[in-house]
Amino acid sequence: MAQERKFKIGKPILEVKNISLSFGGVKAITDTSFDVLEHEVRAIIGPNGAGKSSMLNCINGIYKPQQGTVSFKGQQITNITPNIMAQMGLSRTFQNLALFKRMSVLDNILVGRKLHTKTNFLEVAFQLPKVKKEEKENRDRSEEIISFLEIEDIKDTPVGKLPYGLQKKVELGRALATDSSVILLDEPMAGMNVEEKRDMCRFILKVNDELGTTMVLIEHDMGVVMDISDRVVVLDYGKVIGDGTPDEVRSNQKVIDAYLGVEH
Amino acid sequence: MMKPVFMTYTKKDLINLAVCMVLSVLVIPTFITTEYWYTSILIPWLCLALATIGQQIVMGYTGQLALGAAGFMAAGAFAMFNLILRVPDLGFVGSLIVSGLIAAAFGILFGLPSLKVRGIYLMVATLASQFFIIWMIDKFGWFKNYDSSGIITAQDIVILGKPFTTPLAMYFVCLAVTTVLTLLAMNMARGSTGRNWMAVRDMDIAAESMGVSLLRTKVQAFAISAFYCGVAGALFAFCYLKSLEPVAFDIKLSFKILFMCILGGLGTINGAFIGAAFILLFPVLLNAIGNNVFHGAIDATIISSIEQVIFGGLMIIFMIYEPLGMAKLWENIKQKWKTKIPSSTNLKSFGKKT
Repeated sequence: MAQERKFKIGKPILEVKNISLSFGGVKAITDTSFDVLEHEVRAIIGPNGAGKSSMLNCINGIYKPQQGTVSFKGQQITNITPNIMAQMGLSRTFQNLALFKRMSVLDNILVGRKLHTKTNFLEVAFQLPKVKKEEKENRDRSEEIISFLEIEDIKDTPVGKLPYGLQKKVELGRALATDSSVILLDEPMAGMNVEEKRDMCRFILKVNDELGTTMVLIEHDMGVVMDISDRVVVLDYGKVIGDGTPDEVRSNQKVIDAYLGVEH
Repeated sequence: MMKPVFMTYTKKDLINLAVCMVLSVLVIPTFITTEYWYTSILIPWLCLALATIGQQIVMGYTGQLALGAAGFMAAGAFAMFNLILRVPDLGFVGSLIVSGLIAAAFGILFGLPSLKVRGIYLMVATLASQFFIIWMIDKFGWFKNYDSSGIITAQDIVILGKPFTTPLAMYFVCLAVTTVLTLLAMNMARGSTGRNWMAVRDMDIAAESMGVSLLRTKVQAFAISAFYCGVAGALFAFCYLKSLEPVAFDIKLSFKILFMCILGGLGTINGAFIGAAFILLFPVLLNAIGNNVFHGAIDATIISSIEQVIFGGLMIIFMIYEPLGMAKLWENIKQKWKTKIPSSTNLKSFGKKT
């Protein structure tokens, strides 16, 4: 990340403090804190079961942590729900794909425009002029995102019929359509081949670069993570064992032991 | 993908609409003169198709398994009776809208369980609407204007001082209401409202993460659905039955509407019409076969049993092979037709991508 960035990395936009989450007796996350700076690409890595996805679900409000706080845009958020976070400008993708399978690619992305849709169902039913205007704006923006992601040729295909790699792309598109300032990506490259991974990396960086969107991503592939992230936080057994730039993390003995395995 | 030329409608939609309108306004009234067709087939078809659109909205589009459409129809029908009786100033159209709104209020009330339970459990919970509304009408005499006979005659339809009492006139009333409400439903289904419904249907957690409120979307779908059922119920009572009795809106009718919805094709508006036509016409066809082919050798009760067997079988077949119902089947046939007939008949559109 040597080149000059259009969006300079700024102050913390998302702060997670002392989060603890357990399911019954199983502790998924223990007293975890980290922050995400504005406009950066932040990775969360860790072995299977380290609590990475649970962490995202806590930030997004799908899980309610027993302890700890999440602050977003300088505001501590009590009673987090996915809806409130979406309204505040935090969007996400899901590990196992959560697309609207029977809807077309374009319609999926249009759902991402929900928060930019102010007309109610009666106005839609009677197709008032402002509905048409708003619909056109949303469609134009969605088409923009579709051409940005280079998926124009499949925009009318029902998402359920697309191969996995493309579905992942559509999900990124839907998150982008919200115009959120922070996007959480839960394993955006899982199950992809090398070429698709490279493609996805390119899009993540392109989004970050051109739109300044803060990206928080979970990833297994160490090589990928080290290449595209500004900073990396490493979780193991629900605890932070390393936090810093890719180089710092790479040379952190604890991380090497826990994640990369003890070599030599 | 075709570009819409007017509102949300593509050129194809407008042609379809024109064809339907010409058929229903000009062709049918000129060629069909027997009253039987209006009173026993066309009018109930339109009413039940309207109720099925209501069922589609909540079940086909929003994915909430609800069973109790007939309850909302009863609410609409009896609301209509009482409004005409007690608030005559509202007029027929006004009363119809208000009856729909009253049914919608019940829809909101009985849609609330959808926030906590889903699937088959929700279906059981929504059955409450079916039984509660019918019970309420039976229990409190006020709703029936303290009529002891059990069956109340529906008032005559009067719009702007003109009576609409002939079968043809009533057919036009049903047609007008159904057309308007169908167009509104299509606008909603294709617009942002419909996208929210379908998002909740396909993946609720993702919908919520995009800022779609589950509470609002589900309750809205239940309310709109009940509105459609309420209006349909009022028309059903006033144009078809011409009487009001709670028994007419029993659970059997709810199931009938559910079948229409599933056989027609979940998540389609035209499926509502196809499904309603099929379920209504099929028994007529069976009876005709019984009378004309077997000359009454088969008992009527056996025929009606055969009908049930065939419906059940069809439901299973459709669920397995074509869950999207007859509307999808029709779509596939059209698709095949197009590919089968080569460019010779289609020269004009040849090379043009649609």
